[in-house]
Amino acid sequence: MSILVNKDTKVIVQGITGRSGRFHTEQCVDYGTQVVAGAVPGKGGTDVNGIPVFDTVSEGVEETGADTSLIFVPARFNAADSIMEAADAGIELIICISEHIPVLDMVKAKAYVKEKQTRLIGPNCPGIITPSECKIGVMPAFAYSPGNVGIVSRSGTLTYEAAYQLKQLNIGQSTCVGIGGDPVIGTNFVDVLKLFEEDDDTHAVVLIGEIGGTAEETAAQFVKNEMMKPVVGFIAGQTAPPGKRMGHAGAIISGGKGTAADKIASLKDAGIAVADDLTTIGETVAEVLA
Amino acid sequence: MNIHEYQAKEMLESFGVKTLTGSVAETPEEAATVASEINASKFVVKAQIHAGGRGKGGGVKLANSISEVKQLAESMIGMQLVTPQTGSEGKLVRKVLIVEAADIQKEFYLAILLDRETSQLTLIGSEEGGMDIEEVAAKTPEKIIRTQIHPAFGLTEFQAREFAYELITDPSYRQLIPNGIALIMSLYNAFVECDCSLIEINPLTIVGEGENLDIVALDSKVNIDDNSIWRHSEIAEMRDPHEEDPSELEASESGLSYIRLDGNIGCMVNGAGLAMATMDIIKQKGGEPANFLDVGGGASVEAVAHAFRLILADENVKAVLVNIFGGIMKCDTIATGIVEAAKQVKLNVPLVVRLEGTNVELGKQIIAESDLNLQLAEGLSEAAELAVKAANIV
Repeated sequence: MSILVNKDTKVIVQGITGRSGRFHTEQCVDYGTQVVAGAVPGKGGTDVNGIPVFDTVSEGVEETGADTSLIFVPARFNAADSIMEAADAGIELIICISEHIPVLDMVKAKAYVKEKQTRLIGPNCPGIITPSECKIGVMPAFAYSPGNVGIVSRSGTLTYEAAYQLKQLNIGQSTCVGIGGDPVIGTNFVDVLKLFEEDDDTHAVVLIGEIGGTAEETAAQFVKNEMMKPVVGFIAGQTAPPGKRMGHAGAIISGGKGTAADKIASLKDAGIAVADDLTTIGETVAEVLA
Repeated sequence: MNIHEYQAKEMLESFGVKTLTGSVAETPEEAATVASEINASKFVVKAQIHAGGRGKGGGVKLANSISEVKQLAESMIGMQLVTPQTGSEGKLVRKVLIVEAADIQKEFYLAILLDRETSQLTLIGSEEGGMDIEEVAAKTPEKIIRTQIHPAFGLTEFQAREFAYELITDPSYRQLIPNGIALIMSLYNAFVECDCSLIEINPLTIVGEGENLDIVALDSKVNIDDNSIWRHSEIAEMRDPHEEDPSELEASESGLSYIRLDGNIGCMVNGAGLAMATMDIIKQKGGEPANFLDVGGGASVEAVAHAFRLILADENVKAVLVNIFGGIMKCDTIATGIVEAAKQVKLNVPLVVRLEGTNVELGKQIIAESDLNLQLAEGLSEAAELAVKAANIV
């Protein structure tokens, strides 16, 4: 078992003919992911390495039975609209890798998705991987191994680091979800924590957060009140100055809110084992599982 | 992106928001001319920099005559204005805004921003104008009024009306409710049309008396969503390069994410989260990071060379720590890139490299065989220790 995606997941890639769409589709297919279709307006009838391309997502879904969409459409080609198109086509899970989507566009797209039977992950995220079953995103496959620890994170490379540390300690992962670093995201920490709590094959969860917003504080409340499984936490940005956006659009300390110190205090208060620094995430998980 | 108060004022006026009469000036003479065109006997001269708390630093002053406006402008233009938000070195004032001095009856707070919890825009107001809104929210949350704005329907007139009635409760100002509603709607239109990430009016004021009683935006702050500037050429032109760190500007133009800090250990990392965590570990080992730098997932030779140049342009840098998690891009490719780039930029400070990922052994070998002044670290912890040590020796 796993959450959200597994070996039966059928993927349609929006923006499959672009440079990163093409490259990462190949990587996903190599990992064993069932990529059944691509969707690019004007490219219908062609194919990418044998994967049929359709003009619209709805046509792709109808022809191939795709249930999950992976989006590489650049922000300037209206990636937010691509999210809505996928939701309208009946896609159950949308994973949006695209970065730099204007916030007001995302406010609308998120509201649109909410009206449908669709879950959105991202945007500006690395995607989801269920090790040894399927990889839907841009994460490097070698960093992961199958097992029973779930990872949910706002940051891409930090997730790879954490998974790789676990792998070296022979601790595998059930599913790893990158929720993205933007101010408006489709799925938050709590949504994913709920899924992990209900998943029999997930025995512990790693939550990786960063400065900005209050998502980690909300997650800590949820862990405290609703979760039985052990949770390990890590927060990046203890040395980040206020008012400066640290790469991710959502990673900014503003109005005295969103500091790493506040977040770490909330996590600890919820009984979460917080790793002191990046290098001890693996060890901390090992201690919790012991 | 931040814009100046005078730019925010002009932008909001174009959407019908009432503001005080006045305009911007770059010289004392221009300031006098602006003042002479304002039908008032008293004026306020306001230094234009991208930082709050200007009043506390002497950047907002009252003038009782046109000649005093000129004097104040003369003293402000060219000064390093220090406010609680600028840091000790302050910011150079290049322009001043001159407005009529208003007879203020009452001050409010009004803002539109994104509520990250609900992913919706929110209208926020308070009768406690002029104050720090965070403080009001913490001490007297009951004095904050909030209205959530529906993503598809937008701010509706009835919402603006209800909000105005809740904000303006004093019966002697009831006649201003229609103006208040119009102002709120104009603000919302400006927010959406210009892809703002924040509009803050603090204070929003009731000025004048009798028939001339009106509600006007006295000071406005507008931030624009960086991700949308490409579709607003007129707003892109408002960018004031003087207000930005030149190296940060250069970095953003070449697709790197760089923030200059006060320390002496330069950092180059792939990924924003990993870059922050690397800074944190340097600090934990007793060092101070000189910058935040996300070189991007690819970490190509060009990007790495560019990143080195940015880091080394900071003369405080005494050592450089490179931390790359080789993902899709393999470690040997990255190592070749680092060595190439270090040669190109003639690296003259100790370099500590930590590599992890696919082909890591091959990558380490390439680094070890290069004739550069660099140390290869086993793990991030050791890398941070080595960098701190190197920075302290030099």
